[in-house]
Amino acid sequence: MEAMLRVEDIRKSFDGTEVLKGVSLEIYEGEVVVIIGPSGCGKSTLLRCINGLETIDSGKILLRDQVISEKKKDQHLIRQKIGMVFQSYDLFPHMKVMDNLLLGPTKALKRPAEQVREEAMEMLKRVGLYDKAEALPRTLSGGQKQRVALVRAMLMHPDVLLLDEITAALDPEMVSEVLNVVIDLAEQGITMAIVTHEMRFAEAVADRVLFLEQGTIVEEGEPETFFREPRTERARQFLQSFTYASARKTVKRKG
Amino acid sequence: MDWSFVLAHVQDFLAGAWVTLRFGLYGIGCSLVLGLVCCLVRFFRVPLLKSLVHVYIEVARNTPLLIQLFFLYAGLPRAGIRLSAEACAVIGLTFLGGAYMAEAFRSGLESVDRFQREAGECLGLTWGQNVRYVLLPQAMATASPALFANIIFLLKETSVFSVLALMDLMNVADTLRTSGGRTIEVLFLLVVAYVALLLPVSLAATFTERRLKYAGFGDQRSV
Repeated sequence: MEAMLRVEDIRKSFDGTEVLKGVSLEIYEGEVVVIIGPSGCGKSTLLRCINGLETIDSGKILLRDQVISEKKKDQHLIRQKIGMVFQSYDLFPHMKVMDNLLLGPTKALKRPAEQVREEAMEMLKRVGLYDKAEALPRTLSGGQKQRVALVRAMLMHPDVLLLDEITAALDPEMVSEVLNVVIDLAEQGITMAIVTHEMRFAEAVADRVLFLEQGTIVEEGEPETFFREPRTERARQFLQSFTYASARKTVKRKG
Repeated sequence: MDWSFVLAHVQDFLAGAWVTLRFGLYGIGCSLVLGLVCCLVRFFRVPLLKSLVHVYIEVARNTPLLIQLFFLYAGLPRAGIRLSAEACAVIGLTFLGGAYMAEAFRSGLESVDRFQREAGECLGLTWGQNVRYVLLPQAMATASPALFANIIFLLKETSVFSVLALMDLMNVADTLRTSGGRTIEVLFLLVVAYVALLLPVSLAATFTERRLKYAGFGDQRSV
């Protein structure tokens, strides 16, 4: 099977510091790849390079066997095929939810508004925001905004969807309402690359896990094996940092 | 105060006001366009052009309109370029106003969250679509007070047009004053005329500002 997305030995430096030191990966159609790793390991940069928000210094990125990493004038056509959702939602604050959703499909893809509107309503219903179509973004909670942002990206019908720590800015009780939407997308067979710090979510949604550290992929594996028995010492240490030793003192009571 | 003199010359001042308003609006319209173009060139760091724009803005902002008009009206003919007084007025006002408008637009664009631009790009919008639908509407909310201040400033600057022998308000008043010596009446009419022209603009500015404030942009990040 051919990879939907192929990243070949890409390197990227900022001000002389190499953030990505030769990263290669493939994502197959319908596959969900979760990228984890400590802060500053290059996860976000990797996603940003894939959809061209950052230009790579060397290497190659291919989408459906077409090189997309050479800066060309039709960059916007490539971006139409790669969806991305950020930590900060980035809804357009001056537009109602529905107008946020319509903008990409009607302007970039030139689809008729009525057709998109119907589809948008259906998706809003699916994520539980049927009644918010006419609301302004600032009236929504963080979790609601992020669900709208997911719908906005999905309405472009991208070949691959990139999610960059989309729950990092949310209150704990809003995290699951967003992640459930992502799991639903995974079940629909959407190809995704996800950067997250939610380990249990990663385990639940991933077909494959990549552990990135200091700009290189240190370990790669299926979630069952990766989370239970990581092969590298570094991955083991990283996973351990998510568990805490109990600080409670056991007080013996008489009686 | 000689009211019969005032009434007799209202007509002259209306004619002068029309000249002031017409050439003022032409110039302001053109400077809005020029300002927007210059601002986009700087904001998106278009190579070469951005340095050119930078030089233009500094030159235009740091020279008086009077001297710019002298250059157009008296200087250019020496180089074989002869422009009508009307053309000089509009070009001069645009040259000055474009620089101020560019800075006003820039303050607006820079206030837009930088991720908004990326969000637009991620939706596959072209550069132009991103500016038109995502960045500019938000920028306008911040830029509008400065833009209105510039409009008022430029309308007042039109009083310099009299050096071009255009019969604008200032020139009408000057001619009447020097010929008849009724300084008080003439100045009274002049003040009334300028206030009548500018007050609606000031009110429009306040109204727009209030509307935009209620629209409440910018607090998108708070949950």
